[in-house]
Amino acid sequence: MDLPSDESLTRKGLDLSGPDAPRKDRILLIACGAIAREVLAITLANGWDHMDLTCLPAILHNTPDRITDAVRTAVEKHRAQYDRIFVLYADCGTGGLLQSACKDMGVEMLQGPHCYSFFEENERFASHSESEFSSFYLTDFLVRQFDAFVWEPLGLDRHPQLMEMYFGHYTTLIYQAQTDDPALTAKAQEAAKRLGLAFERRFTGYGDLERELAAQA
Amino acid sequence: MSDEEDIILSELNDEDLVAQMMDDLYDGMKEEIEESVQILLERGWEPYNILTEPLVGGMTIVGKDFRDGILFVPEVLLAANAMKGGMAILKPLLVETGAPRMGKMVIGTVKGDIHDIGKNLVSMMMEGAGFEVVDLGINNDVEAYLAALGTEEPDILGMSALLTTTMPYMKVVIDTLAEKGLRDDYIVLVGGAPLNEEFGKAIGADAYCRDAAVAVETAKSFVARKHNQGVAKA
Repeated sequence: MDLPSDESLTRKGLDLSGPDAPRKDRILLIACGAIAREVLAITLANGWDHMDLTCLPAILHNTPDRITDAVRTAVEKHRAQYDRIFVLYADCGTGGLLQSACKDMGVEMLQGPHCYSFFEENERFASHSESEFSSFYLTDFLVRQFDAFVWEPLGLDRHPQLMEMYFGHYTTLIYQAQTDDPALTAKAQEAAKRLGLAFERRFTGYGDLERELAAQA
Repeated sequence: MSDEEDIILSELNDEDLVAQMMDDLYDGMKEEIEESVQILLERGWEPYNILTEPLVGGMTIVGKDFRDGILFVPEVLLAANAMKGGMAILKPLLVETGAPRMGKMVIGTVKGDIHDIGKNLVSMMMEGAGFEVVDLGINNDVEAYLAALGTEEPDILGMSALLTTTMPYMKVVIDTLAEKGLRDDYIVLVGGAPLNEEFGKAIGADAYCRDAAVAVETAKSFVARKHNQGVAKA
């Protein structure tokens, strides 16, 4: 299957849900565009071809106050078609609002605060929260889209003098690698350099994302 | 050369200079703001009036345009930085000239959280509104808050968090205040991107403030209420 570009996942999302006819025997995954590749890799590797995927634009990551309404709209759009819908967002900065909305709509969602946590496994991520709170995390997707998600929205391309205000208290960029890709590691290292941070690469694989998808399968 | 670069600030009359300062603040022009503040001081303006008219007035427009999606975070930070430049000149003069005091606030980002952009904006706008602000910085545990409350005796405690994982710590602080019988001694205001009104209520804060402008208005309203209650009891 040809995936859309990262740029398209960022701005438009992705809709691989089936035709409008009822698909009662299938599960719809409503995900953040930033994890589209990972979700498809997992479902493909496990042969879970009864799962359809629709993704919201990944750039919602930068405006978490819009995530809950966007998910609610997507669930409402598809709920007549699918008996089962699983929301592939964690809290993602919604301050519990997404969880409340999912509960109201009767759909399940991923556990944990955000993708950095579930990729690393929530329990493990929580265990080092006190020693790593000055770390800035990037996933595979965010490394590829570093300029679109970090550099440009923060205005660092236009106003480099803001660097200290944004990153003055950070010490380390931790690249949470979902895949082994030397080119991505080099890009992550370059991002750390641009932000003036120490660099660490940590292989996570898919963590709790795969475990939770398996539980739904 | 644009027309704007041809403007000589010292040649503008007061009204035009104030309008120009609001434009410069909007555009994040720190040096121009500092120069204009000096010009108004030389013309005999009260520091408090310089603070409230062009600076707080200008930042209020910035805040409104941010809320309306016209300005974005980088532009707000540049404007704040320009205002900071002006305030650095005015702050010592405000103390000397006995500018009105609205109240006192202790503010800090909670334990495990290093984010301070929003908190710094709130601090600055609170100072601009006449509050004395004691800023505890980032990563404050309950002991740090309690110690500052003890020594500073503020009217308001402000707590900030940017992370879903750190915002529950606000409840730890509020619960500790309650256990020690201190909760009602302070107005507790909370803020930060992942917070919302429900969360503020659930943890027992007096109010959730979605941005710096709301924080100032909320603080003013609570302090006035507290003052009125004090008068009523007297």
